[in-house]
Amino acid sequence: MPTATNDSDGSDGIQIDLISGERMNELATMEKIRMILDGVHDGNIVILEEGLTPDEESKLIETTMAEINPDGFNGIEIETYPKGESSNSSLLGRIMGNDESGAKLTVIGPANRIETLHKDETLISTLVSRS
Amino acid sequence: MNVNVCNVCLSEFSPVVRADTPRVLEALTMGLFTELKDSISRVTDRLFSDQEPKRIGIYGPPNAGKTTLANRIARDWTGDAIGTESHIPHETRRARRKENVQIERNGKSVTIDIVDTPGVTTKVDYEEFTDEMEEEDAIRRSREATEGVAEAMHWLREDVDGVIYVLDSAEDPITQVNTMLIGIIESRDLPVLIFANKIDLEESSVKRIEDAFPQHKTVPLSAKEGDNMDEVYDAIAAYFG
Ligand SMILES: Nc1nc2c(ncn2[C@@H]2O[C@H](COP(=O)(O)OP(=O)(O)OP(=O)(O)O)[C@@H](O)[C@H]2O)c(=O)[nH]1
Ligand SMILES: [Mg+2]
Repeated sequence: MPTATNDSDGSDGIQIDLISGERMNELATMEKIRMILDGVHDGNIVILEEGLTPDEESKLIETTMAEINPDGFNGIEIETYPKGESSNSSLLGRIMGNDESGAKLTVIGPANRIETLHKDETLISTLVSRS
Repeated sequence: MNVNVCNVCLSEFSPVVRADTPRVLEALTMGLFTELKDSISRVTDRLFSDQEPKRIGIYGPPNAGKTTLANRIARDWTGDAIGTESHIPHETRRARRKENVQIERNGKSVTIDIVDTPGVTTKVDYEEFTDEMEEEDAIRRSREATEGVAEAMHWLREDVDGVIYVLDSAEDPITQVNTMLIGIIESRDLPVLIFANKIDLEESSVKRIEDAFPQHKTVPLSAKEGDNMDEVYDAIAAYFG
């Protein structure tokens, strides 16, 4: 799966897992959830080209809860970027900021990590809506 | 052959059938198949009749006032409370059901079961509780909270017939958890009422909630002060009766 790293904030690089809609469509619900949570457990930010169904979201919340533990994993943060209607333009186009349609990406990351990102004007919104 | 029929009905409807077991046995010993059939159909009638109280799940993010509301409804109509309320999030960590809450509206009566559920979130950090309690208790609270959230999600998928979604109207309603949960509820075709709670607070904005979820009816209230409870009960009777 494609990854991108950002070292601009110092030594602590951030890995981003981009998962295409095509890739997601091949997977069963629990495989999708594993792919997301495995990435998050590794400290990565997972970006889904297409969102999850309500049922998958419900299973994602449940599985996340089962994996939270006080020694390390606090759970996840999910956001959709940017707010607005979705369309069918390409994932890369949206990531590279070539896309004006306001299509949505689902961004999932470790709860503690995303909070850090928010503080410095968020890498994600920079990536997703780079102009 | 009669015995086979009975095995099937016992395994499928066991909790309800048990009450009728003497009748079933009587029918069997007398060899009266028709009476057995009557007995089964009475059981199934009861299982699927409109008279069965609907189970209404009270959902929402932690601290929205779900238990305060559940207690108010239960106290108003049954006299006793359901659970403990607290300013510390994740006070409710097990779904709690209050059965047969009979609400009187305009000469009609509506009976529902109320299920107070743990507040739903995608993250729990025990360190958020360490100001209020010892570390050991904070860790236990967070573990129970995660189990509670999973349980709440399970109830939502399997065991509720309708939802009251409680929001703290002093807070921004557009969060990922609220959007996801409302989406999950809609995907299950469950009737849902949105309760804009804590209207007694100065920062409260009911409009912000109405604008966020225009597809659903929003009822403003203060569960703590008991404000606007008439409209609350009217709406419950209209939606879940
Ligand atoms: N001002 C105000 N406070 C309220 C109201 N309803 C509840 N509260 C307060 O909000 C806090 C949380 O209330 P709870 O009823 O425990 O909230 P909950 O949604 O059950 O929370 P969890 O069980 O943790 O998910 C308590 O301090 C309540 O007293 C209200 O209408 N107005
Ligand atoms: Mg509660």
